[in-house]
Amino acid sequence: MSAEATNAPAPATLPPAGPAPQAQSRKRRSIFVRRPFFTVALVIAAAYLLAAAFAPHVAPYDPVLQSMDAMMQPPSGAHPLGTDSYGQDILSRVIFGARYALVIGIFSVLIGAAGGLVIGLAAGLSGGWVEWALMRLIDSILALPSLILAVAFIAILGQGVDKVVIAVGLSMVGPFSRTVRADVMQVKVQGFVEAAHLMSIPSLQVIRRHILPNVIFPLAVQVTIRISEAILVSSSLSFLGIGVTPPTPDWGLMIAEGRDFVSFAPWMSAMPGFALALLLIALSIVGDGIREEYDPKSRRGA
Amino acid sequence: MMLDTATTRTAPSRTAPIFELIEVEKVFQVRPPGRRFTREKVGLRALDGVRLSVEKGASLALVGESGSGKSTLLRMVAGLDAPSGGRALYHGRPIREVRAEGPGFARDVAMVYQDARGSLDPRMTVGALIAEPLRHFGIVPKAQEETRVGELLERVGLPADAAKRYPSGLSGGQVRRVAIARALASEPSVLVADEAVSGLDVSTQAQLLTLLRKLQQEMGITLVFITHDLGVASYLCEQIAIMYLGRIVETGPTDAVLNAPAHPYAAALRGAAPRFFEPIPEPLPGEIPSPLDLPKGCRFSTRCPMAQDDCRTRDPQLGTLGAGRAVACLHPLAPSDT
Amino acid sequence: MMLQQINAEALLSVSDLTVHRGPAKILDRVSLSLAKGETLALVGESGAGKSTIATALMQLLDGAEIEGTADLQGAGDLLSLRKREMVKLRGQRLSMIFQDAGAALNPAYTVGRQLITTLRRNLGLSRSAARSRAIELFTQVGINDAEARLSAFPHQLSGGMQQRVMVAIALACNPDLLLADEPTSALDVTIQAQIIRLILQLTRERGASCIFVLHDLALASQSCDRIVVLYAGQVVESGPSEEVLKRHRHPYTRQLESCVLEIGRKDLQAPEGTVPSHDQMPAGCRFATRCPRALDRCAREAPPLTPADPARSDARDHLFACWNPE
Repeated sequence: MSAEATNAPAPATLPPAGPAPQAQSRKRRSIFVRRPFFTVALVIAAAYLLAAAFAPHVAPYDPVLQSMDAMMQPPSGAHPLGTDSYGQDILSRVIFGARYALVIGIFSVLIGAAGGLVIGLAAGLSGGWVEWALMRLIDSILALPSLILAVAFIAILGQGVDKVVIAVGLSMVGPFSRTVRADVMQVKVQGFVEAAHLMSIPSLQVIRRHILPNVIFPLAVQVTIRISEAILVSSSLSFLGIGVTPPTPDWGLMIAEGRDFVSFAPWMSAMPGFALALLLIALSIVGDGIREEYDPKSRRGA
Repeated sequence: MMLDTATTRTAPSRTAPIFELIEVEKVFQVRPPGRRFTREKVGLRALDGVRLSVEKGASLALVGESGSGKSTLLRMVAGLDAPSGGRALYHGRPIREVRAEGPGFARDVAMVYQDARGSLDPRMTVGALIAEPLRHFGIVPKAQEETRVGELLERVGLPADAAKRYPSGLSGGQVRRVAIARALASEPSVLVADEAVSGLDVSTQAQLLTLLRKLQQEMGITLVFITHDLGVASYLCEQIAIMYLGRIVETGPTDAVLNAPAHPYAAALRGAAPRFFEPIPEPLPGEIPSPLDLPKGCRFSTRCPMAQDDCRTRDPQLGTLGAGRAVACLHPLAPSDT
Repeated sequence: MMLQQINAEALLSVSDLTVHRGPAKILDRVSLSLAKGETLALVGESGAGKSTIATALMQLLDGAEIEGTADLQGAGDLLSLRKREMVKLRGQRLSMIFQDAGAALNPAYTVGRQLITTLRRNLGLSRSAARSRAIELFTQVGINDAEARLSAFPHQLSGGMQQRVMVAIALACNPDLLLADEPTSALDVTIQAQIIRLILQLTRERGASCIFVLHDLALASQSCDRIVVLYAGQVVESGPSEEVLKRHRHPYTRQLESCVLEIGRKDLQAPEGTVPSHDQMPAGCRFATRCPRALDRCAREAPPLTPADPARSDARDHLFACWNPE
C-alpha cells in the first residue's frame, strides 16, 4: 500500500469534536477552583508530608527528650500542644509521629497493592479452577476485618515499625485483589482486547500493553484512597499496644498513653487524636477528588 | 461471490476463493429462557447451513435484522469463533487452522468493529494505536513509523495532529476513521466491517462511505460489510447476502437482488427502507422468532405474506436462480411481483 | 423570525425558544407552530438541537436557561408553567416517546402495572376499569395476547414490543400532542415501519398532533406534513414537507438530502467538515463555514427567516434563512 497514492483531502487541523487541547489544560488547571475542599485537603496533606520530611527542623524539641520539670503541662507558649506524663513535648511528638504514620501508611499500601495486583491479575486472567481457588482464598481473608488480620500477622511477626508495615500490608491484599480482579474482568472483555487478539498479538503482550495499563490506573487511585485506612489500622495496632514500641512517637501509642490521664490532661490524647483525624479526612477527600477527576468512565463522555 | 455448488471447489490453490463457507453451522449452548437456576443447556442455532464464497476483490454486504446471525458469521470469517459444523475456509484451508499458524492471516484480514470506540485502547494515543499494527507486523522500519502513521491518517481524512490525541477526545465519525486507519495499517487484502457506518449523522456517514469506496477501488481491497441499511449495501457492495434466522435466504448481485427481490423477506426489507414521499408500505407482521424455537418448514413462513401450506412443512434450501443469484424459497417472487 | 403568522388554529406555537447551557447556546430563537392533527418533523444532525426542543417543551431539560414562549392551546405557556401544573399536563395533554424504550420503562415493574398506574393517576379510573382499558390499548398498539403481556417485565420484551408499550403509555390519556424523539432509530427496519405506521395511525384516529425528532429525511418525508430543518441550534428552513424537500432553498437542506442513500444510488457527494462547536460558532450564518454557496456577507451577518414564495398560497409558511438561496 502506498499511502501517497490517494489524495484524501485532510483538513489542516482537527475540527474540535471533543474539548480542544487548550480547553483541556484550562479545565485541569481549574480543578483547584472547582473543588475548594479538595484544595484545602491537598494543602493539609502536603503540610503533613512536609512536616514529616523536615521533622528535625520543624519540631521545637527532641520528641523523646523527657523532662521531669515539665510533666503534663497544658498547652502554653513553650509547649503549644502541652506535654505528656514524661514531660515530652507533644507538638514535637505529633510532628515526628506524622513520619511514622505516613511511612507505615504508604509502604503498607504499596505492599497490599502489589500483592493485590498479582493475585487479582492471576485470578482475573486465569479463569477456571485457578480463579475459583484464588477467589475463595481472598474471600476467606476478606471475612476478617483488616484490623483483626493485622493483629494476627503481628502475633506471627512480632512488634516494630517494619513488622507493622508488613502486617498492615498483608491485611490489605484481600481488598486490593478484589478490585483488581473486577477491573481485569471488565477490561478483558472489551473490544480493544479482542481486537488485539485478532491482530494475533501474543497474550502476554496483550496483558502487558492493553490490560495492565487499564488496571494500574484505577489501582493507583485505590492506593491514594486506602492510605488513610492503612494509617488507621496501624494506629489502632499501636493503640492496642501491639504495634510499634514506646517511646516511638506514634499517634496511636500517644493516644493510648494519654488514656489514663484523660480526665485532667485531655490534651495528651486529644492532640494526637486530632492530628490523626485531620490527616485521615484530608487524605480521603484528596483520594475521592482524584478518583472523580480522573475516572476514565467520566472522562470518556467528553 | 458465487454460489458454492460442489463443482466450484476443485483446486484449492489459485482459484480458491478468499473465503468459502460450506454448510457452516454455529450452535451456542445457552440456558433455556425463563429458567434461571437450571444447569441444563439447550443449543441455540445461530447459523445453520450457510454456504457462501467471497472472491478476491469482491465486495459483499451481509444484510439482516438483529438475530439473523450476521455478526456470528462475521466473527467466524475473522477466525474469532470456530464453526460447530461444516467448514469455514480461507484460501481453501480452515480459517482457525490458518489463524493458529501465525500472524499472516491477522495481517491479511483486518476488522473494523461496530463499537469503534470500544475497539481502541482508551489509554493509547491515536498515533500509538495506529503504530501498534505497523510494529507488530513489521510493516515499516521504526524510523519511518511516524511518517506512515501520518500517511494513514491522511488517507482516512484526518489531520496529522490527530496522532497526539486520545480516542476520548474525538467525535464518533473521527473514531471510526481512526479504526479504519488502524485496520489499513497492516496492508490487508480483506477488510471485514461490522456496521461501520451505522449510528452516525448522514453527512458523516456519507464521508465514511465515500472513503471506503475509494479505498476499495484504489487498493482493490476485498470487503465484507455488515449493514442493516440497504441503501448502504447498494452503494458500497456489488454482492449481497440477505440473512434471516441464521440462514442466507437470498444472495446475488446487489442491484439485481434489490431491483427484483425473489425472496419475500428481501422484498419486505426493501419495502421497509425509507424512500422519499413514498407511502410507508404495509410492514411485515410480527417479529423475528426466537432461534431457540424455530418455526417448522420455512423459517420465514410465520411472517411471510405469501406463505402457502407447503411452506409450513418443507424447509427450502438455497437454490440457484440464474445470473449468480440464489434464493431459499419454495415460491420465489417473479420479477413482476415487486 | 416573526413572519410566521400566529395561527388561531395552532395547537402549539413556539416563539423565540432559546436555550443556554453555560456559555453554549444550544438553541437560538427557534419558532414553530403546529396545527391540530398535524405531524411535524424536526430534522438535523446531532448537535442541531432537535431533541432539545422536545425536552424543553416537556420541561425535562435540567441545568439550562430557557427563554421564549411555547403556547399550548388552552394551557398557556409550557415553558413558564409551574412544575406541578406541568406534571399534570404531561400524560393528559402532552406525552413523549423516547428513543430507547428499554431505558424509559422501569425495569422493576411489569409493563401492565406501568400502564395501569398511568391510567389511574391521569384519568382517575378504578383498578378494574384501568385494567380493561390497558388490555384495549395493548391490543390497539398491536400486542398480541394483550392480557398475558400485561404481566411481562420490560426485559422480557423485544425492542419493538417495548416501543409498542411506550406508545400505549403515551397515548393512554389521549394527549393532544405527542413528542416522539427518534422513536425507531434503535429498531430494525421492518419494526421501524411497524412503529411509525402505528404512531401515525393512532394519532390520526385521535386527532392528535405529533412532533417527530428524526435524522432520516426520507422517513420524515414519508411520515410528516411539515418539516423543520435545524442546523447548530437554529431553524434554517421550514415548511410543508414537499416544499422543503422538493423546492428547498437552503443549501444545508440540499446537503442533508443529498446524503440520504436511497436504494440503488451510486453517486454520493460527501460534504466536508463538521458542525462547528459552540465556542467556535461563526458570527454570521452558522452554516457559512461549510456552505458551498457562501458569500462574504454570510460570515458577517446572520440571515433572517424569509418566506420562500409569498405569492403562492400553498407555500406561504415555507421559510428559509439564507443570503444566497438556491
